[in-house]
Amino acid sequence: MIRLEKRPTPSRFWTLATPLLAVILTMIAGGLLFAFLGKDPLEAIRTIFWDPLFHPQFASYSRPQLLVKAGPLILIAIGLSLGFRAGIWNIGAEGQYIIGAICGAGVALAFYPLEAWYVFPLMVIAGALGGWAWAMIPALLKTRFRTNEILVSLLLVYVAEELLASMALGLMRNPAGGGFPGSRNLQQYPAAANGELIAGTGMHWGVAAAFIAVILAYVLLNRHMLGFHIRLTGQSPRAARFAGVRPNALILICLGTSGALAGLAGLFEVAGPAGQISIDFNQGYGFTAIIVAFLGRLHPVGILLAGLLMGLTYIGGDLAQFMLGLPAAAIQAFQGMLLFFLLGVDVLTNYRIRIGRTEAA
Amino acid sequence: MDLSTINPLVLIASLMVAATPILLAALGELVVEKAGVLNLGVEGMMITGAICGFAIAVETQSPALGFLAAMAGAALLSLIFGVLTQILLANQVATGLALTLFGLGLSALLGQGYNGLKPPPTGKLDLGPLGDVPVLGKVLFSHDMIVYVSLALVVAVWAMLRYTRLGLILRAVGENHDAAHALGYKVVRIRLAAITFGGACAGLGGAYLSLVRVPQWTDGMTAGAGWIALAIVVFASWKPGRALLGAYLFGGVTVLQLNLQAAGLAVPVQYLSMSPYLITILVLVIMSADRGRAALSAPACLGRVFHASS
Amino acid sequence: MTTLLTIEGLTKAYPGVVANSDVSFAIAEGEVHALLGENGAGKSTLVKMIYGLVKPDSGRMILHGHPYEPAEPRAARAAGVAMVFQHFSLFDALNVAENISLGMESPPPRRQLAARIREVSDAYGLPLDPDRTVGELSAGERQRVEIIRCLLQDPKLLIMDEPTSVLTPQEVEILFRTLRKLSSEGTAILYISHKLEEIRTLCDSATILRRGKVVDSCNPREKSAAELAELMVGSKLQTPSRPGATPGEIVLDVAGLSVRSASAFGTSLRDVTFTVRAGEILGIGGVAGNGQDELLAALSGEAQARAGSIRLRGTPIGALGPNQRRRIAILAAPEERLGHAAAPDMSLTENALLTGAIREGLTTRGFLKWPAARAFAERVITAFDVRTPGPANAARSLSGGNLQKFVIGREVLQRPEVLVVNQPTWGVDAAAAAAIRQALLDLAENGAAVVVISQDLDELMEISDRFAALNEGRLSPPRPARGLTMEEIGLMMGGAHDMETPHVDA
Repeated sequence: MIRLEKRPTPSRFWTLATPLLAVILTMIAGGLLFAFLGKDPLEAIRTIFWDPLFHPQFASYSRPQLLVKAGPLILIAIGLSLGFRAGIWNIGAEGQYIIGAICGAGVALAFYPLEAWYVFPLMVIAGALGGWAWAMIPALLKTRFRTNEILVSLLLVYVAEELLASMALGLMRNPAGGGFPGSRNLQQYPAAANGELIAGTGMHWGVAAAFIAVILAYVLLNRHMLGFHIRLTGQSPRAARFAGVRPNALILICLGTSGALAGLAGLFEVAGPAGQISIDFNQGYGFTAIIVAFLGRLHPVGILLAGLLMGLTYIGGDLAQFMLGLPAAAIQAFQGMLLFFLLGVDVLTNYRIRIGRTEAA
Repeated sequence: MDLSTINPLVLIASLMVAATPILLAALGELVVEKAGVLNLGVEGMMITGAICGFAIAVETQSPALGFLAAMAGAALLSLIFGVLTQILLANQVATGLALTLFGLGLSALLGQGYNGLKPPPTGKLDLGPLGDVPVLGKVLFSHDMIVYVSLALVVAVWAMLRYTRLGLILRAVGENHDAAHALGYKVVRIRLAAITFGGACAGLGGAYLSLVRVPQWTDGMTAGAGWIALAIVVFASWKPGRALLGAYLFGGVTVLQLNLQAAGLAVPVQYLSMSPYLITILVLVIMSADRGRAALSAPACLGRVFHASS
Repeated sequence: MTTLLTIEGLTKAYPGVVANSDVSFAIAEGEVHALLGENGAGKSTLVKMIYGLVKPDSGRMILHGHPYEPAEPRAARAAGVAMVFQHFSLFDALNVAENISLGMESPPPRRQLAARIREVSDAYGLPLDPDRTVGELSAGERQRVEIIRCLLQDPKLLIMDEPTSVLTPQEVEILFRTLRKLSSEGTAILYISHKLEEIRTLCDSATILRRGKVVDSCNPREKSAAELAELMVGSKLQTPSRPGATPGEIVLDVAGLSVRSASAFGTSLRDVTFTVRAGEILGIGGVAGNGQDELLAALSGEAQARAGSIRLRGTPIGALGPNQRRRIAILAAPEERLGHAAAPDMSLTENALLTGAIREGLTTRGFLKWPAARAFAERVITAFDVRTPGPANAARSLSGGNLQKFVIGREVLQRPEVLVVNQPTWGVDAAAAAAIRQALLDLAENGAAVVVISQDLDELMEISDRFAALNEGRLSPPRPARGLTMEEIGLMMGGAHDMETPHVDA
C-alpha cells in the first residue's frame, strides 16, 4: 500500500525537478498518443522539440518564431502568476488580451494615417488600460459582492470574443478592404507598427516587455513587501490579514496587473505579428498562459523557461502538422497533458511517498 | 423587425431543449460540490462527452449507445481529475482548468473526420395520450428521452440529498472531511464516486448538445456551457430544484435571443449572442451579494485538500 | 470487577517519533480510568488505536477476553467502543439528529431517532433539541451531541479526550455526574486529560504516559496533584513567579466594543468594556466559541471597530488596521499558530517579517531587508530557546511548543505597550508553557499592559491580576483574580447555561 506523508519542509530538489519530470512523462505519454495516431513517436517528438530550432531547412524561419510565440505567453503568465500565488484566479486573460488589442488598435485606427512618434506609446497605454479595465470587472464584482472571479473572468472571454467579432465586422472594418471582415493592417502603418527590433530574431516590443516583466516580477516577489504579501495571502489568508494585508486591495492589484499585462500582450500582437483586428485574432494565448504559469511553478524565471518551451510546442506543432500531418488538436491535448503530469508529480514536493504497511485511513 | 414570428409555445418547448445540457452538467457538478470538491473541468468533460457520444452514435447509428459512450468517456476523464486531486492531492482549481484545456484538445483530436456529419436522430419519447393534450402536449410532452431523464434526475438528486443515508454521508463529507474521516467514512472513495457521477452527467449533457440540440460536431461547440453550468450551481445555492430554475431561465434567455436574431432585431447579432453570458454574470452578482446565505449554503470543505494525517 | 479491555505492548512509530512504545494496561468494567500525560506524550495515538483510526505496529488488545483488532472506527463501535473527540467530529451545517445518525451503525428512522435522542438526553440531564443546527450550539451543547451519539450505541467503553476544556466549572460538575452514573451502570470510561485535579476527583485509577511509555500507574486519589504532575512531566516544574507590582496608569481602555463576527457560525462581540493598566495582566476566561477570536481580532486590528470603542492612553484607535496598531506598540498573538499567527509553509525568517516588519525596521521604502529579518528571527530563536535547526526552516516543521515560543517571542521582543494573546499555551508541553507564562509575567513587570485570553482557568489564575469572562460575546466586569473561587468563576462564565442536573438514582 502506498501512503503519502507530509514533508516538514517542501523539498527543494523536487521543486526544481518536478517540471522536468513532468516534461519527460508528457513526452512519453505524448509519444504513445502520436503512435496511436499512426505517427512515429520519436520522429514526432523530434519534430516538435528539436526541428524548430535545429532543422537545416526550416530552422531559419522557425527560430525567430520562438520569441514571437513565447513573448505573449510569458507576458500574460507573469501577470497571472501574481494572482495565482495569492489565490486570486483570473482565468479570463484571453478576454483581456482581446480587449487590449481592440483598444490599442482603436487608437491606431483613430490616428490613421498620421505619422507621429506618440502614436505607438499611446497605443501601448490604451492596450494596457483596456486589459486592465476588462479585468477590473471581475475584480470589482469580487470586492463588492464576493462574486466568484473565476466564473466572471471566464464568462467575459465569450463576451470579449463577440465584441471582437462585432469590431471586425463593424466599427473597425477596413474601409478599403472591399467589405471583407477585419481592420486595416497595422504593419502597413509605420507609426503604429510593432516591428522586429533586431532583424531575424523575432524580437519585438512585446518580447522586450515580457523580459522586463520577468525581471520586475522577480524583484517584486523576492525583494518587496507587496510580493511578500501576495505570497502570504496565497499560503494563509488569515495570517495575511493578521500581517495587515487588505484582501480587497490585493484583489484589485493582482487582477488589475494581470489584466494590464494581458492587454499589453494583445496590443503588441495586433500591432505586430497579427497585424489586424480580425474575427479569429485570438489564438488561445490567454489559456495556454495558464499552463505556462503553472509549469513555471509561478516563479518568474520558471515562467520564462516554460514560456519558451510552450512556444516551442506551438511552432513544433505547426511543423509536425506540415511535415507529418499531425492534427493541430494533438498539440492542444499534448499541452493539457503536460499540465496534468505537472500537477500529478507536484505531490512529490510536499509529500514523501511511503510504500509499506497498510494504514487504516 | 417582426416579433410576431416568435411563438411563445414553441419558445417554451425549445427552451427545455436548450436548457437540458446545462441542467445535466449542473446537477452533476452540484453533487460533486456537495461532496466538497470543486471541479472546474465541466466544460472539458462536456465537450469530451459531446464527441464521444457523437462518434459512437454515428458509428453504431444508435443514439442510445452514443449517450452511454458519452457518459463513460466523460466519467473516465473526470477520473483523471479525481486521481489527481484526491489521491495525488493536487490543487483543485488548477486541475479543473487543466481538465478543461485537455478536454478541448482531446475532443478536437477525437473529432477529426466527424465535422459536418449528421448524427442519427434521437427519437421523441411517445407518452401516449399525454402527447395529444392540446397545447401542453406539444410543449411539454413531445420531447426526447433525455429531457425527461434530466427532469427525473432533478427529483432523484433532491431526494437523495434530502432523504437518504447516502445523501447525508455525502453532505457530511463536504461539510467537514476531517470529522467524517474520524467517524470512519471513506472520504476519498466517496468523493471519487461523486466526481465520476459528475463526469457522467456532464458527458450526457455534452452529448445532448452534439446529438440533439445542434445536432452536429464542431470543435469547441460547448462554447462555455460548462462554465455556465458551474455558475448555475452557485445560483442554485446547491439546491437541485433551483438548478432546474436556473437552467431553464438560461435556456429561455438563449432561445429568446436566438429568436430575436431571427426576427431581425435592430441590434448587431454579436450583442445578442453575448447576452446569455452577461445575464449569467448578472445573476451571479445578485446571488453572491446576499452574503449570509451564500456563506451558509456552500459546503464548508468546498475545494479544500483532504489528507488523512493519522 | 471483571477486566473489560487489556492492552499489551502496543507500539506505534511514526517517522522520527515513537508515539507509543510497549504500552500495557487494563481497564475493568465500570471503571473510570485516567490516561494522564503531557501534550505529545502519546495519549491521542493510543486512543486512536483503540478506536480503530490507527493500526498499531505491534502489540495486542483483548476485549471481553477476545482478541480485539478494530480495522476501522466502525468495527470499534460494533465492539462497543465509543469516543468523544477533543476537536468535535461534528458537522456545523447539519442538525443534531443528522449528526448523531452519522455516528451510528444502523440508525433508526428519523422520527424514532429524534424520540430516542430526547429520551436519552433527558435521562442523563443533557437536554438537546434534535432539530437544531449544530453550528448554532454552544461548545457545551456540542459536546452533549457527541456524548449522546455515543450513549445511543450502548457502549461498553467510552473514551473521552480532554472533555472539560470546553466547559464551565458548573458544566464540568454535571458532566462528572453523568459519567459517574454511566460508570455505576457498568460502562467503563477511559478519561484523557492533563488536568490533575479533575482526575483526582473523578477517576478510580490512572495510567501515566511520558514520551510514549507507561511510566507509572496509580490510584490518583492517593496522590497529590504535585506528585501526579511530577510523574507526568518527569521533573519538578518551576511555577512562574513575579514580585507583586503596583499597576500604573490606564493604557488600554475598551468601552462599549461591539463587533460583528466575520464567520457564519461565529459569536459577535456585544458591548465589551474593560481597562488594562501598565504592568497589569488581565485574564479573560470563557468557554471556547464565546467571542475569543473576535475579541483578539478587534484588539489586533484585523476586525474594524468604532474608533472610540478602543483607546490607547485616551487616543481612539478602534478604526486602525493591524499595522497601524503595531506602529503604536499594540501587538497580538492569535490562538491558531499555523495559518493565523504564522504561515505554515514559510520560513521562520519570513514569519518574523510577518509581524516584525514595522517595529523592527525590516523594510526600506517597501523593499525587504532579508539580513535584518534573518537576524530578528535568530534573536527570537535564541531569546526564547526555540528548538530548530535555524531560521530557514518552515514554521510547520516546529513542534507546537516551539512554534508557540517563537510566536510569543516575536511579539514580546518588539517591545509592546499592549500585548494581547489568545490561548498562549494551548497544546504546548509543560516546560514551554511555563516559559511562555514567565515571559508574559516579565513583560508586565516591565510595564506593558497584557491581555491573556485563555480557556485554561488554572493558567489564568496563576498569572492574572484581574479576571473577566466572555460569555456569548459579552464580557463580565473584571474582578481581582486573587481569592476568586471556582464557583464564582463558573458563574462569570455563564454558569451551567441551560443544563439540568441528572437524576442519579441508579
